[in-house]
Amino acid sequence: MKNSKALCIAVASGKGGTGKTTVATSLALSLTPQENVLFLDCDVEAPNGHLFLRPRIEAEKKAVILIPRIDVEKCLTCGKCVEVCQFHALAEIGKSIMIFPQLCHGCGSCAWHCPSKAIKEIKNPIGVLEAGLALKGIRFAHGILTISEPMATPIIRQLKKWQKTETGSVIIQDAPPGASCSVVETLRGADFALLVSEPTPFGLHDLKQVLDILKEMNIPGGVIINRDGIGDFQVDQFLKQNHIPIMMRIPYSTEIASAVAAGKTLLDVSSNYGLEFKTLFSQIKKRVMENETC
Amino acid sequence: MILIISSQNADINSPVDPRFGRSQFFIKYDTNTNHWEAIKNSSVNQRGGAGIAAAQIAVNHKAEVVISGDFGPNAFNALKAAGITMMTFLQDTSTVQDTIDHYKQGKLNPFE
Ligand code: SF4
Ligand code: SF4
Repeated sequence: MKNSKALCIAVASGKGGTGKTTVATSLALSLTPQENVLFLDCDVEAPNGHLFLRPRIEAEKKAVILIPRIDVEKCLTCGKCVEVCQFHALAEIGKSIMIFPQLCHGCGSCAWHCPSKAIKEIKNPIGVLEAGLALKGIRFAHGILTISEPMATPIIRQLKKWQKTETGSVIIQDAPPGASCSVVETLRGADFALLVSEPTPFGLHDLKQVLDILKEMNIPGGVIINRDGIGDFQVDQFLKQNHIPIMMRIPYSTEIASAVAAGKTLLDVSSNYGLEFKTLFSQIKKRVMENETC
Repeated sequence: MILIISSQNADINSPVDPRFGRSQFFIKYDTNTNHWEAIKNSSVNQRGGAGIAAAQIAVNHKAEVVISGDFGPNAFNALKAAGITMMTFLQDTSTVQDTIDHYKQGKLNPFE
């Protein structure tokens, strides 16, 4: 809600397979039609939100980054570009500069620093953005990375900028698993982060990493315990000690597991979840408002 | 001839490091003078492109032969373009000094 007029909730989890997408899609479905929901699947390396929200793709856009091309006539082989490239996508070999396009993040530093304007930037496709209306009128968009090298950050950035956000709408962003740059990119600008974790020691370890990121980015967050009943109480204890709210518990059940496997959400399992997610949403709204006034 | 060997420590008696880009140190050895120096690999903790950065170190130190356990495709392309010969250790358990001896005895295999 900060600068834009939409409320942006990012759903993240330290590790994959915690039920993050199940939570994100169930939340989206429970908020419509009362809220105008835009769902952004930011897990561009393995998008799966569409399996649950079933959008009809109507718009498509290529995601590109600008990578350098060096004009050898103008190049002084001064090495400045190699020095400033933090991704090591350039090397100075003998009297020429070698470019490794798979490593280039398109940051533009090299062109900016080149003293003789020898660097032209050319488009390099990295993936595609797709959008369309999904179940219950949810506006849906995702990005699909098509190159083998992990270059998720730029495509997530482009995905977030692509769709118009309307006043009063709710944006739900499904983050990639893990605690990498692409998670940071998804969280950037979010008003609230909903973290999905399992009550196991592994779950705790990964959860801590994401919580550290949230702290650093100053984003309020809460946790949903999924598969409650397996594992131990370490996650509970840790969250209590650190005053991080547990906002919902989803029990371990084979019924839920088989529903998810069939492309269904929690709302299909029990209509109670609709209400639970609505309550969760009002808690989130409250937390965001408190966070903004202090 | 200038050799660069990936090494776990900044010492010629250190065990070799099998990973070229992720090696902690490089030992630079001049076969004409028998002089050696250790070079710290400042890119060891970088996420991507460590192989290229390591290749750049070898190029900047005018290495003619680089000896390691394995070379990634980027490092390979960069070193190849620079005309630097790549070779592999006999064993990952050797020391840098052993590896230099093996090189002098012509026991090492080129990496292709
Ligand atoms: S900074 Fe420009 S002039 Fe210098 S080496 Fe790079 S491309 Fe060439
Ligand atoms: S655009 Fe950025 S990442 Fe790409 S080569 Fe230039 S400095 Fe490196």
